[in-house]
Amino acid sequence: MAQSSTMIIIDNLSFGYSDHKILSIPHFEVKESQHLMVLGSSGSGKTTLLHILGGLLAPKQGKVTIGETDIYSLSGSQRDKYRGQNIGLVFQKAHLISALSVQDNLLLAQYLAGMVQDKGRVKEVLSELGLGEKIKKSVRELSQGEQQRVTIARALLNRPRVILADEPTASLDDKNAQKVIQLLQSQAEQYKASLLIATHDQRVKDQFELQLNLATA
Amino acid sequence: MNLLSLSWNYIKARPLNMVLNMLLMGLGIAIILVLILLSSQLEDNLAKNKKGVDLVVGAKGSPLQLILANVYHIDFPTGNIKLQEAKDLTRNRLIASAIPLALGDNYRGYRIVGTNHDYVKLFDAAVDEGELWKNNLDAVVGSNVAQSLGLKVGDTFFGAHGLSVADMEHEEMSYRIVGILEENNSVIDKLILTNIESVWAVHDHDEEHHEEHSEPQLGSAYETGFPEGDEDAEITSMLIKFRSPMGAVTLPRMINADTNMQAASPAFETQRLFSLLGIGVDLLKAFAVIIIIIAGLSIFISLYNALKDRKYDLAIMRSLGASKTKLFFHVVLEGVIITVLGGLLGFLIGHGLTEFLAGLYEKSDEIGLTGLIFVKQELAVMLISVGIGIIASLIPAINAYKTDISEVLAKE
Repeated sequence: MAQSSTMIIIDNLSFGYSDHKILSIPHFEVKESQHLMVLGSSGSGKTTLLHILGGLLAPKQGKVTIGETDIYSLSGSQRDKYRGQNIGLVFQKAHLISALSVQDNLLLAQYLAGMVQDKGRVKEVLSELGLGEKIKKSVRELSQGEQQRVTIARALLNRPRVILADEPTASLDDKNAQKVIQLLQSQAEQYKASLLIATHDQRVKDQFELQLNLATA
Repeated sequence: MNLLSLSWNYIKARPLNMVLNMLLMGLGIAIILVLILLSSQLEDNLAKNKKGVDLVVGAKGSPLQLILANVYHIDFPTGNIKLQEAKDLTRNRLIASAIPLALGDNYRGYRIVGTNHDYVKLFDAAVDEGELWKNNLDAVVGSNVAQSLGLKVGDTFFGAHGLSVADMEHEEMSYRIVGILEENNSVIDKLILTNIESVWAVHDHDEEHHEEHSEPQLGSAYETGFPEGDEDAEITSMLIKFRSPMGAVTLPRMINADTNMQAASPAFETQRLFSLLGIGVDLLKAFAVIIIIIAGLSIFISLYNALKDRKYDLAIMRSLGASKTKLFFHVVLEGVIITVLGGLLGFLIGHGLTEFLAGLYEKSDEIGLTGLIFVKQELAVMLISVGIGIIASLIPAINAYKTDISEVLAKE
C-alpha cells in the first residue's frame, strides 16, 4: 500500500443534524496521515459528521468507508468492534469511567475493543503523554487537563487508523488547549493515523492547512 | 479488566448502597434458610422415628401426647394400660406385630425403656459393643447415652423414678450394662433399653424389699412378644404394625370405642402437629419473601438511578468498542453480584443462626437439630435469589442496551 493511501471516503452522504437542516457531502476523502480541521459554528453539524464517521450514528443516506471497510454494511456489534480497534475518539469533555483507576480505564479500552490487555502498552502511552506517574491514580484525582490527556491516551491506545476529536479544546484554558492540539498532531503522526478535529475554537482553528468548513460545504 | 471486575468496580464505588442491598437480601434469605433447616430436620427426625409404627396403643388421654411420649420420647406418658388387655388385643388378625413399651424411669435424664429386641430391629439398630439384654436388669444403652455419660459395658447404675433428672433413685436394684448400640441417628441413641420385667422388678422392689440381687434371672420374652405378668401387671403402650391397610380403618375406632385404651396414629398426629406449627412457619416465610422482594426492588431502584448518571459511561464504553449485548450483561452482572453476595451472607447468617438457636434450645439435642447440615432446598433458594437479581436488573439493563450513543455523546 502506498504511503498516502486513502483512509476515509465519504460518498453521497446526507444527514439531518437537526429537525430541518439537512447537510449533504457528495464526495470527500481523507488520506492516511492527513490532518483535517472540520470547522463550523455550533449547530452546523460538526458533531453529527464526526459521529457518522465514527460509526456512532447511521446516516440517512450514503456510504462511509474507513480503510477498506464500508462501516455501515457491518452489523451493529461488528461495527462496535471495528470502531474499538480502528477509531480513536476524543470528546469535548474528558469522559473517563470514574469508578476505575487511570490504568483500568485504559485496560478497559483494550478489553472492550477485543484486544489483548497489555499493561506495558498502557504504561508506554501514558508516559508518552506525560502521565506515567498517574497510572495508579483514581481519575477523580486528576485535573481537567490531565483527564483530557488520559482520554487522548485512551484514544491512541489501540493504535487507531483514524482519530476523531470533537471540540477537544473547548473546556481547556489556552495553555492546555495548545498542548492538546500539539499532542494530537504529534501522536497522529507517530501512528500514521488520519486526524480529524471538529472545532469552532478560534485559538486552534487555523493550525491545520486542510480544512472542511461545514457552513460552506 | 473484564465484565466481572468492571461491574464489581461500579458496585465498590457505591459501598453504602451495596451494603444495604446485600443486607436486605441476606436477611430475607437467612430467615427462609432457618425455617427450611429447622423444619426439614424436624420432619426428617419425626419421619425416621415413626418408621414402622402404624398405630400406638396406650392409656386414654391426648393422642398427640401418646405419640410424643411413646414414639419420640419427648413428652410424658398418658398413663399405663393393663398387660392382659394389651395381650388380648394383639390376637386381632389385623395386627401383624406389636412391641410393648414400659416407660417411667430415667438415668440422669435418659429414659429407661422396657421392651423387647423387636424394638431394636424397628430402628435397624446394631450392637456396637457387648450384646442385647437377656437377663432381668440387663441394660443396653444408645450411643449418645454411652458417650455423654461415659458408660461402658459392665458398668452398673441406679434408675430414678420419673422421666426427669431430679427424681428419687431406686437405690435397691441396679442395672448392669451389657451392650452399647451403634449410632443410629434416631431417638434410640438417647434411650436405655432393658426388658419389661426389669422395669417391673425395680418398681416392685420398692414395696417388697427383698434381697435377691446376686442371681441373674433370665427374662421372659426379651426377644419378642409380651412378658408373663400377674393380673395387675401394666405396660405403658404398644407399637403396632398392621397386617393390611384395613387395620387403619377399623382398629383405631374399635380400640377407642370398645376398650379402656387409646389408639393414635403417628402419621396423623405428626401431620396435625405440623399443620399447627405450619401457620407460624408460613407467616414467617411470607415475611421473608416480602423482605427478599423489597431487596430486589431496592436493587432495581439503585441500579436504575445509578444508570441515569452512567448514561455517558455507557456511551463511552460503546464508543470504545463494547457491543449492546455486552453492556446488557454488564448491568445484569451488577445485579447478580449483589444478590449472590447477599445470598452468601444469608447462607452464613442462616446456618449460624440455626446453629445458635439449636445451642440455645435444650431439647434440640434430643431432636438432633444443627445448623451445620445442608439441604437441597437451599440450592433452590439461592437460585431463586439470583433470579431476583436478574429480574431486578433487567429494566436497567435493557435501558443500557438501548442507549443511543450519538445522542448521549452530543448532549454535552
